[in-house]
Amino acid sequence: MTSVPTATAPSAPDAAPPAVGPIGTGSRGTRILGLVALVGIAVATYLALVSSPPDENMGDSVRIIYIHVPIVVVAYVGCLITTLGSVMVLWKKSVWWDVTAAASAEIAMVTTALTLVIGMAWARPTWGVWWVWDARLTSTAMLLLLLLGYLAVRRIPAETSTRSRRAAIVGVLLLPNVIVVNRSVTWWRSLHQDTTILNTLQPKIHDQMAFALYFAIPVALVIFAWLLVHRWRLAWMEQQLEDRELDQAISDRRAEAAGERAEDGQR
Amino acid sequence: MNDWGYVALAWGVTAVVLVAYALWVILRGRAMSRRLPPEDRRWM
Amino acid sequence: MFRDALLVAGKDLRIELRSRIGVNQILPFAFLVLLLFAFALDPDSGVLDRATPGLFWLAVLFSALLAIQRAFAIEAADGNRDGLRLSGLDPAGIYLGKMTAIFTQLAVLELVLGIGVLVLYSSHVTGWALMVATCVAATAGIAAAGTLYGVVAAGLRVRETLLPLLLLPVLSPVLIGSVRAFEAARNGNPGEGWPWVGLLAVFAVAYTIFGAFGFGPLLEES
Repeated sequence: MTSVPTATAPSAPDAAPPAVGPIGTGSRGTRILGLVALVGIAVATYLALVSSPPDENMGDSVRIIYIHVPIVVVAYVGCLITTLGSVMVLWKKSVWWDVTAAASAEIAMVTTALTLVIGMAWARPTWGVWWVWDARLTSTAMLLLLLLGYLAVRRIPAETSTRSRRAAIVGVLLLPNVIVVNRSVTWWRSLHQDTTILNTLQPKIHDQMAFALYFAIPVALVIFAWLLVHRWRLAWMEQQLEDRELDQAISDRRAEAAGERAEDGQR
Repeated sequence: MNDWGYVALAWGVTAVVLVAYALWVILRGRAMSRRLPPEDRRWM
Repeated sequence: MFRDALLVAGKDLRIELRSRIGVNQILPFAFLVLLLFAFALDPDSGVLDRATPGLFWLAVLFSALLAIQRAFAIEAADGNRDGLRLSGLDPAGIYLGKMTAIFTQLAVLELVLGIGVLVLYSSHVTGWALMVATCVAATAGIAAAGTLYGVVAAGLRVRETLLPLLLLPVLSPVLIGSVRAFEAARNGNPGEGWPWVGLLAVFAVAYTIFGAFGFGPLLEES
């Protein structure tokens, strides 16, 4: 008499496990960071919008610079971390750095796009146009594209190790490419004597304005750190989920195959 | 639109984008950790 | 390493000679781009004439995308990648070989395209040495970076859209430099063009070195 072996029902990875571990990416560290960030934002906003005077040339539109510069600093720092992380991935095969590179790149992408928009909002009242083909703006636009390319590689459907390695190669070249593009574009635009534009980009900064600006930069970096920790944890969990689903699929196949073998054995 | 209009535009877009992004990360983080067993939710 | 490079370059070029995809499809595409530019920019307005160097290099860049896609598409069939990996060939040699094959195809393309541009756009040519040097340096850079990013995108279903997104921003300095050099050659003051050739040369050397080292890790995976 043949008996049909019952297939063990695979546990669905989507079934909610009992919620004992931390839900979400928050922790005491991030709550402290977040609090510091919020206080910093409040102070920086007051400094930028209320207590500092308008610029003699630019008027009140200088207040846009108080967020423009900090945001672009965050974008560059993010870019640097991604490149650094990519080096570590190739050199030490570090998973931690792989996740860091990915998380940092996404934040850098968001802030680079934001930089362009903020820059355009500043360009309009200052120069009367939304966009000029000067070195800085053009290089920043290129940076955005380079980051989008990196993020596209991070999303390819492939094994984790393959994806990490390919992304790392692209990531290592991120900073060098940015520098080369920036230098080329600057050299190119300098041939057209864009000095008037360059002059308006370096406003004479008085004490209060300098303070508003230099205070805002660390605040932006705290925001970046907060975002990075959360995004890192999210990226880590996404990787865990992917690995689990892969393992699940493999063990399902094995169970199927074992079931088939048992059947054949019974006959 | 005078200067303050553009200031408001720049600051407004910044606030919206950063808050929206932060929310997206946090909410996805919560959804993700619900799908994982407790031991897999954190690096440490 | 160089022996392996010659082996791979020879293989790729022999495949090209036999299939003639480059001649039958990529070259016509380049001419098509030139024609489309003429449609878009109205030859009578003088814009086309002023823009000729830029249009030439844009046509080269877009054709290069096709050539690089092709270079890696031939490896995707029949487990060639595993074959390459198991063959024991030096990865740096494989990289240099593929790069050389792409360089050769692009050089031929530029030669033919250059003649086409002279004829179609009624361009005058001066500063030959500068232009030849520019072509060599720029093409080496395109081939070097293209081979590296080509293998990053190789074997993926999204490769047709990924490669342009990755490669074109990277090659923008090459575009800037080569067009400026060509413009200098045309305007009769080559002194302005040679520094750009320097940039192109540095770019090409840097990417060749990095590509040779980076190819190994990229090849060693499933």
